[in-house]
Amino acid sequence: MSRKPVTSPFTLSRNAFGKLVYVDAGGTRHEGVTPVRAFALSAPDQGLSLVSAEGKELQWIERLDDLPEVTRSLLAEEFAQREFMPVIQRIVTVGSYATPSTWQVETDRGATELILKSEDDIRRLKGAAGINGLLIADSNGIHYLIRDRNALDAHSRKILKRFL
Amino acid sequence: MPEKDSEQTLATLEIDLDARLDFRLGLLRLTERRIHSGDQSWPLTADLTVAHHDHAGVGTLELFSAHGLLARWHYTLSRNPAALRFEREFNRQRDSLVSGQPPPPAIAAICPICQGPIPPDEEECPNCARELHTPPSTWTLLRIWRFARPYKGMLLAGFLLTLAATAATLVPPYLTMPLMDDVLIPYQNGQPVDWTKVAWLLGGLLGAAVLAWGLGWARTYLLALVSERIGADLRTTTYEHLLKLSLEYFGGKRTGDLLARIGTETDRLNVFLSLHLLDFATDVLMIAMTALILFTINPWLALVTLVPLPIIAWLIHIVRDRLRTGFEQIDRVWAEVTSVLADTIPGIRVVKAFAQESREAERFRDANKHNLYVNDRLNRVWSLFAPTVGLLTEIGVLVVWVFGIWLITRDTITVGVLTAFLAYISRFYTRMDSMSRIVSHTQKAAAGAKRIFDILDHVSSVPDPAKPQALPPVTGGIRVENVHFRYGNRAILKGIDLDIRPGEMIGLVGHSGSGKSTLVNLICRFYDVSEGGIKVEGVDLRSVRVADYRKHIGLVLQEPFLFFGTIAENIAYGKPDATRAEIVAAARAAHAHEFILRQPYGYDSLVGERGQALSGGERQRISIARALLIDPKILILDEATSAVDTETEFEIQSALNNLIRGRTTIAIAHRLSTLRRADRLIVMDRGRIVEIGNHDDLMAREGHYWRLYMAQSKQLDEPPPLGEVMGPDKEVVPARLPEPKAAEREALA
Repeated sequence: MSRKPVTSPFTLSRNAFGKLVYVDAGGTRHEGVTPVRAFALSAPDQGLSLVSAEGKELQWIERLDDLPEVTRSLLAEEFAQREFMPVIQRIVTVGSYATPSTWQVETDRGATELILKSEDDIRRLKGAAGINGLLIADSNGIHYLIRDRNALDAHSRKILKRFL
Repeated sequence: MPEKDSEQTLATLEIDLDARLDFRLGLLRLTERRIHSGDQSWPLTADLTVAHHDHAGVGTLELFSAHGLLARWHYTLSRNPAALRFEREFNRQRDSLVSGQPPPPAIAAICPICQGPIPPDEEECPNCARELHTPPSTWTLLRIWRFARPYKGMLLAGFLLTLAATAATLVPPYLTMPLMDDVLIPYQNGQPVDWTKVAWLLGGLLGAAVLAWGLGWARTYLLALVSERIGADLRTTTYEHLLKLSLEYFGGKRTGDLLARIGTETDRLNVFLSLHLLDFATDVLMIAMTALILFTINPWLALVTLVPLPIIAWLIHIVRDRLRTGFEQIDRVWAEVTSVLADTIPGIRVVKAFAQESREAERFRDANKHNLYVNDRLNRVWSLFAPTVGLLTEIGVLVVWVFGIWLITRDTITVGVLTAFLAYISRFYTRMDSMSRIVSHTQKAAAGAKRIFDILDHVSSVPDPAKPQALPPVTGGIRVENVHFRYGNRAILKGIDLDIRPGEMIGLVGHSGSGKSTLVNLICRFYDVSEGGIKVEGVDLRSVRVADYRKHIGLVLQEPFLFFGTIAENIAYGKPDATRAEIVAAARAAHAHEFILRQPYGYDSLVGERGQALSGGERQRISIARALLIDPKILILDEATSAVDTETEFEIQSALNNLIRGRTTIAIAHRLSTLRRADRLIVMDRGRIVEIGNHDDLMAREGHYWRLYMAQSKQLDEPPPLGEVMGPDKEVVPARLPEPKAAEREALA
């Protein structure tokens, strides 16, 4: 079982087309690399991978903190554009307690409406994402996160309980 | 025959079919010197042989001499164990006659279920033989006591509460007596009302009602609590026991049936305990206490009140009996309706492919029509039932009225007494109906209890030894010594001898049905051998703890099973405390890392039923990572690559190469090309090993393997040389881009 250690420094930059460019220790250039989180929910800042446009892993990054500041901010920028997972802060109303049900929610990205197709689309998370975390997939495939359902206000908790 | 008496009978076989297969009893008797059948007999000689075979439920035993068939007997398969024992005894006796030695002592047969010895004069193991052909008895319910015992304190408290609560409900009618006789009737006769007395009596009524409410609540809550716990204990115990049973048991049972036993049946028992039994007990207590009160007030009126009771109970029971058969019929019809669904929905692709939707709809409509018909018939009786109970109750009350009025006119009782009586009996006549139901509830609960205890009574056929031997450090060497395996009466393996060296890769080759998978199952100890033994580090598998041994086995199956959960959880299934780094390392070695990164949440993506859809090859690589993570000494690949296309197979092969390194590997593959790297190929045919050697040897020999290989290469074109593709350092580059999943794309839009 081999692991590619971060032995030699690599460089990451952004070209004029907005694509990430990766240059490895040997000087080979790869354009259009994609950063991927291996454990997107349970440990988002550990285990990152830079994947080439062909789907091949170029670089494994054990911890985000090990990287130089420049690269880290570049990655953060890239993730910010790709990752879309609104965090639900409050459930205002729900259309019905039978699914499919339309929920009015307030998220960290503003108020919105989501349609829950079935109770199966609510996934309980374990580990670092939150002891009582929930991931709610709406009918369009957008995933909404609830970090800790016990931290929601009483009204939202009461609504949520009916679906769990 | 005089000599017949001097011979000792060694074995008998009662045959139940004659030569034309008509049912007729006959007897076969083996003595020290001959076989007797009816008035014929054959002396034992060295050239005699006995053979048995069976076809379509009829067993046949044949006696041959060197010149030909001497006799033939038929029997139904219920006699098969006896027939086998007869044959065994015959061989023993003949051999001793030939050798002149006394026959060796009878080998105690081993029970295939519990591995205990079977006494020589019995055919079935006495422990396991009380097979479950008996109808469920109500007494089965008493076995639940085993689960109730831990709660006996609470049960006693519940019983006392029931007693008290029932007594409290009986107070109000009693108080109506003085209310009538001492207050209302004197008032009508012109006497003033004694308000303090009225206050006391009404207060008593209220008090009794409140007390009954409180006690009733405590009783119901306590007993529901206990029965829920008993049910939960029953369920978990059954499930734990079920998990320990061997694969043989699961092979013979339908999943739905097992699910129903653990889920529905335990729930039904629960409801029975907490509701039906409790109600019944309350009713019985109430009737007994009421009868006592009535007799103390006025024995004659009490007698008249209670005499019609058994008659009414009996009538209700008869009507209910009719209803029950009707309900059972409905259950069966209902099962028919669901079975149409259960047939069609999983096979929907076939139904659609052959455009048979309308026929299936017709089948469903027919089943429903039958359902309607049975229901209509039952409803005729059913609709009559409730009014009938009402009528019977009214008649009972009428009898009390008639006799009560007569007694009042003769000044034997007061009006208050009659009122109290009427109040009492109206209570228990209404309970008659629900009491009569207890019979059918009990029967249903008993049937449920039996089905659960069937599981609990089943002894695992791969039992842990009573005194397990410690397993020395496993190096991966396995010795298979003269292994026979029978499934039922079918011999699947017939004397396999094999010595597998540590780190060796063995390929098992042969037609389907040649016993490859069975051999692998025996090595995993999913089953136990019928004869012979399998030894690891010189220790017989049966003498070590199953779990200790299985720890060292990694298994990759043809159909990789992924549990519902994240990819990381699935990889770490055999080692739940694995670190993230270990999981990633295993996935890399299994060539799964890169496609896992393409999943929306990487290792945190859900797979399994209801989870992310993965291709067959991807699922297989996850299961390879799972086997890699536990770092087993013995690796078993059962058709690990046969469900995927050739291109994916190469990817998996290179993953497997990482897996195989430094481990004993036993691989079964249908595609012979995948086994070229094996150190030794074992060619099996009909339960025996027919050839051993590496690919080149076996090709040169032009035997079984060569024929199999030629047959395959005729079908396929010459497969590309594997060495190039499977080089350990080369990785297969997937052609696809790591494109975001549809969900993410839409989210971005």
